[in-house]
Amino acid sequence: MNTFRDGNIVKPYERLNQDQLAELHRTSMAILEDPGIWCYNLRAAELFEANGAEVVLEESPSDTFWRVRIPETLITKAIASAPSKIILGARDLQNRLDINAEIPRVYFGSGSESNIWLETELEEYICAADQNKKRMLPRHTEKRGSAALLCRAAHLCEQLEHLDFFIRPVNIQDDDIDASNHDVNKFFASLNNITKHVQAGLTSIDALDDVIRMAEIIAGGPEALRENPVLSFIACIFKSPLQLVDDTADKVFAIVEKQMPLVISSSPQGGSSAPIQEAGIVAQINAEILTGIALTQLIRPGAPVLYGSVPVRARLDDLHDLYGCPEFNQYNVDCVQLARFYKLPSYSSSGVGNSKVPGMQATFDKLFSHLYMAASGAQYIHYAFGLLDRTNTFSPLQAVLDNEQVGLAKHCMRPVKIDAAASQEVLAIVRKVMATSHKLFTRHTRKPVRAGDVSQPYRFESKDMEDRVIEKALAHMGELESRPPKHLDADIIEKIYQEIPGVLPRLKNT
Amino acid sequence: MTTENILEQIALNVIQGRVEAEDEGFDEGFEDQPAVIELVTEALAQGLMPGDILIKGLTASMEEVGKKFETGEYLIPDMLAAAEAVGAGMDILTPHLLKAGVESKGKFIIATVAGDLHDIGKNIVAIMLKGAGYEVIDLGVGVSTDKIINAVKKEKAPFLGMSALLTTTMRNMEEVVTQLQEQGLRNDVKIAIGGAPTSQEFSDKIGADTHCIDAFALLDWLKAG
Repeated sequence: MNTFRDGNIVKPYERLNQDQLAELHRTSMAILEDPGIWCYNLRAAELFEANGAEVVLEESPSDTFWRVRIPETLITKAIASAPSKIILGARDLQNRLDINAEIPRVYFGSGSESNIWLETELEEYICAADQNKKRMLPRHTEKRGSAALLCRAAHLCEQLEHLDFFIRPVNIQDDDIDASNHDVNKFFASLNNITKHVQAGLTSIDALDDVIRMAEIIAGGPEALRENPVLSFIACIFKSPLQLVDDTADKVFAIVEKQMPLVISSSPQGGSSAPIQEAGIVAQINAEILTGIALTQLIRPGAPVLYGSVPVRARLDDLHDLYGCPEFNQYNVDCVQLARFYKLPSYSSSGVGNSKVPGMQATFDKLFSHLYMAASGAQYIHYAFGLLDRTNTFSPLQAVLDNEQVGLAKHCMRPVKIDAAASQEVLAIVRKVMATSHKLFTRHTRKPVRAGDVSQPYRFESKDMEDRVIEKALAHMGELESRPPKHLDADIIEKIYQEIPGVLPRLKNT
Repeated sequence: MTTENILEQIALNVIQGRVEAEDEGFDEGFEDQPAVIELVTEALAQGLMPGDILIKGLTASMEEVGKKFETGEYLIPDMLAAAEAVGAGMDILTPHLLKAGVESKGKFIIATVAGDLHDIGKNIVAIMLKGAGYEVIDLGVGVSTDKIINAVKKEKAPFLGMSALLTTTMRNMEEVVTQLQEQGLRNDVKIAIGGAPTSQEFSDKIGADTHCIDAFALLDWLKAG
């Protein structure tokens, strides 16, 4: 069955010319030669060494690691075996994603694993100077993330028509959740409420078999899961700068050996864990990601991986991440171009902001990258829905607002419909209209409107002098959340509860 | 086609906004089917009463179009297409209606005032008025005060609509109202004004009867009498 979510095939905006791409590649390779990487995982170090890297154990009272100097030939040979095409599956086959490094078909999804959930309600405020003047204003309440809230996030994201995939946006922190059952519950909470592709990091390597078994039950068996991988994983294998993390590397080995799709991600911060200069942070993150991808291919040639670039820059008054800034766009577009250069599917980011609440600042922060990254042609753009306070908070209201923005950004990026047939059609219309007394083209908008070619006005617009965006978005959110959940079939749920230990009973119908 | 059938088809094609056979409709599958022009011509050829064609075929279906617009099912292009279809039908019917003694809802003179070339709003209003059964006399754009006054006198039109898009030209509306008063014609004609810089406040100031923000507001005002 060849059905997938549409995605948007764009004409990519490319910031770098060929010389600059080549320069970045050379610098990345130079970094991998000298200083090389600090590898804290023995298996990885051995595998690099067996494939031509120079590996030296370096010990000090405070640190022990393998210093790995990686030759360019190791990288280029390894990444040549990485597939350019990956199918990311879904419970509903129409929600599968057709990821092809050579086709800039853009998908947007959620992201992060935020600790805080932000609930928003409207409250009536009365003017102190004039009791007759009343306003409804939003009031926000922070809650700790929980399994029930993750279920709610998945259910909401199922309804957001412009959300193409679901990376768990909420960290489940219930009292009865610990490292041993974190993974099975986060994946079940997600998969039981959304029919789109689900992705997350792996908290504990010990849970991998159970998570994969859960996915097999849902997909219809091990072979069915290979054909339709309803879930995949993210591994941020590098602690920037250039330090390959031990336990994450173990997870990479395990996930690759299980033949599951995997994002190799890195997230250096320009100005703290990477140079702030574009030439520096992009070269460094490229070195880190290529090394991680090379590792996957050395483990198992042909392992399905995505080039996961999440470069950010630091704000220089407190060294937190700074979003809604030109550098974010510049770094990320460069990385997308590099992924394309290497023919690797690109996992990128957009829609993160500094604002702690929905409102004007959040809108600016997010639109600044939503549109820009939509134009980049990255195949898989995460973080795009619901995040506030950088990536620390998930707001369902913000997710609804982001959905509208992403939808309009997607419409902006649609292919151009200009060809001989279109020209003939409009020429006939021009001649027809000019023959009328009114000279109006309005009736001739009907065909393109019916065809879906004409965008709708902003869903939350106000027609009066009040800004009613939040009021309207909350009403829309209420309508979306009232729709029936798309739980798994009862027999599948039963089978999961029988075979997978640790799944909380209360999540069955949540 | 039977009598009932043909009237139903006319009504359907008004709702679909189809003037002639090559027009697409709101729904799929209508292209190259007879539309309002062909069907009204056929209805007359079959001997149907012009009044029946008008009321059962054209104007009743515009009410349904209006409801669809209010619910948001129809947008302005759909309304205009339907109104244009009625207008096209009216063009064919008018001589037959006059012969049969059936009058229109009245003559409505419409113009963009002197010095102003903007006419999109005016043209939309003209289409909607025609679709609502008014006899529209469109004087065009940049119309001098004298020309407007002469048209009111000549046509004995009970309604006058003026449009302006510039603060500098909307003053000409006041001149028209003053002239009508001085020539003793003011009480014979109801005056509506429109256009971005105009307002109800301005309408009150110059002595017009109403300001209408769009064609729908004008139709509502006319309906209210």
